[in-house]
Amino acid sequence: METFAIDVRGVTKKFGTRTVVNDIAMQVRPGEIYGFLGPNGSGKTTFLRMLCGLLKPDAGSGNCLGLDFRRESSEIKKRVGYMTQKFSFYEDLTIEENLDFIARLYQMPSRQDAVQKSLERLGMVERRKQLAGTLSGGWKQRLALAACLIHEPQLLLLDEPTAGVDPKARRDFWEEIHKLAAEGLTFLITTHYMDEASRCHRLAYIAYGNLLAHGTVAEVVKAGGLTTWEVSGENLAVLADKIRSLPGVEQVVAFGTALHVSGRDAAKLQTAVGPFMAGAYRWTQIESGLEDVFISLMDSAKDNFS
Amino acid sequence: MSFNLQRLFAIVLKEFIQMRRDRLTFGMMVGIPMIQLVLFGYAINSNPKHLPTAVYAADNSPFSRTLIWGLRNSSYFDIVREAHSPAEIENWLAENKVQFAVTIPVDFSRKLVRGEKPDLLLEADATDPAAVGSAQAAVAQLATTVINRDLTGPLAPLQSSAPPFNLVSHQHYNPENISQYNIVPGLMGVMLTMTMIMITGLAITRERERGTMENLLSTPVHPGEVIVGKIIPYIMVGYVQVTLVLLAAKFLFDVPFIGSVPLLVVLTFLFIVANLAVGITFSTIAKNQLQAVQMTFFFFLPSLLLSGYMFPFRGMPGWAQDLGECLPLTHFLRVVRGILLKGNGLTECAPDLWPIALFVVVMLFLGIKRYRQTLD
Repeated sequence: METFAIDVRGVTKKFGTRTVVNDIAMQVRPGEIYGFLGPNGSGKTTFLRMLCGLLKPDAGSGNCLGLDFRRESSEIKKRVGYMTQKFSFYEDLTIEENLDFIARLYQMPSRQDAVQKSLERLGMVERRKQLAGTLSGGWKQRLALAACLIHEPQLLLLDEPTAGVDPKARRDFWEEIHKLAAEGLTFLITTHYMDEASRCHRLAYIAYGNLLAHGTVAEVVKAGGLTTWEVSGENLAVLADKIRSLPGVEQVVAFGTALHVSGRDAAKLQTAVGPFMAGAYRWTQIESGLEDVFISLMDSAKDNFS
Repeated sequence: MSFNLQRLFAIVLKEFIQMRRDRLTFGMMVGIPMIQLVLFGYAINSNPKHLPTAVYAADNSPFSRTLIWGLRNSSYFDIVREAHSPAEIENWLAENKVQFAVTIPVDFSRKLVRGEKPDLLLEADATDPAAVGSAQAAVAQLATTVINRDLTGPLAPLQSSAPPFNLVSHQHYNPENISQYNIVPGLMGVMLTMTMIMITGLAITRERERGTMENLLSTPVHPGEVIVGKIIPYIMVGYVQVTLVLLAAKFLFDVPFIGSVPLLVVLTFLFIVANLAVGITFSTIAKNQLQAVQMTFFFFLPSLLLSGYMFPFRGMPGWAQDLGECLPLTHFLRVVRGILLKGNGLTECAPDLWPIALFVVVMLFLGIKRYRQTLD
């Protein structure tokens, strides 16, 4: 039997009468980078908070790092690093004081070494006395990651770690994540960026509390069952207006000089756009993008909901 | 998950660093006591003296001169104007030129000599009753004692025509009615109430408002460690304030220290804890720092007004006294004044200690109950 870093089933959380996380199962292998996607308010943060013991689930069972995630949350906390969506270290403490504080809370046996090592890896040895509040967004995010790593956790839960960070810093950040994963660390990362989603080993898509798809990027795209046509030519905007409301056409999105037209029912889509294929436009069938699949999933979830 | 001293120390250390960095709050902790000391200690006086007074002496006799001299000597009255008609007096009072006006009628000495008990008119601007009360009482005594001195020789028998009863009033513990003796020790309680509640309220809501609470709770730290770790630094701050007030009381205001100061210091601990418990309970209810400050004032005002600090406790209606009895400040004021001014010991203080202790238990119960709920 394969051992998983995260192996939970039926996880449910209600706030009042609203079900925020509905019967979600998730299996993440050790050393894996698992992407967690979904629109705002879909329950991603709530799910992460339940995994690290910040919230009590209403239902569900399973293990996190081999520990019962409902009953042994205090043990789990010692082995998990959780990076919150908003920068949540002390802005009125210096970089070093923040790291030292966290190291003390985890009762690190060789605390000063751990802090020093962390500072070196961050490349912040010279800036150790700088107040965290004066750091730029990218540096704050690096500090947060370093602080999450200081107690050498086995699992990292990162909640939108790259929101508001510039592309270069984001790329560096992902390099770091991949390096750490290669060393055996497991990651569960929420994100809104498609390029980041495609850098994950596997991913899950959640909307309105329901898990809609999971697997590798290729698997998710395939499961989405979306057919997409790329159209190029003149006056694409006019064409877009004409075909947008046709039955079978679900998405018409402009990509630079081309238009992506997609729908779940290939035959219906073909019938709808057929009359326009004769004109001056060039139509080619392409593989659907992750984003197209997600938006389609979200729309269908909304249909089921209402 | 058990309570761990190492993690507790981490929190305490962090709080101290943050306290040091937060200049404004730090200034507030030392500044508020100083400002209050100066304002309440020097500026507020419920027994004012040297009040501007006008005299209209229609009867220019040795008796009236003695009377005026006596008023002047009482130190309550500064005779700043001499009127020539009753109308003038009326105007001055209305225009706020004088607080008092003394009218000695035309036939004052004649009637006095005949033993007819003449009237002596003392008019006061009583818009602020506190300002005139003591002064009025002083005149009542003056009128008899001063005049008696002039009733010598053939007039001596008249001395007995003074009121058949002699009003004797003794003022215990503070015979000179020095407001500072009452105000300065009380200030200690007022200051602790305000700063302790506000600062603890802020310390925890700030953690939540800035999102650092979420981070803190994802670490193995125990909620009890967070609360106690945050309280300890502020207990120390509380004692710094207590020391400041006691030093000022002793060296600036010459407040007598009749009872045991170590006893006072020990008993103050209970009061500090009571206020910290209120602060923590508020912080579990308040959603942000602004609300925490608003709630502090919501609690602070009744404490200030109903505890007997600003107004005499026994002068309040029954329901207000009942409300006042529920506030820890009311009891702490009695403890402080009792120890410093009356020399009370532990036994005399006991009736005021258990209500504070009860208050602590109730508040901590509420606070911890609320705290558990907000964690989820």
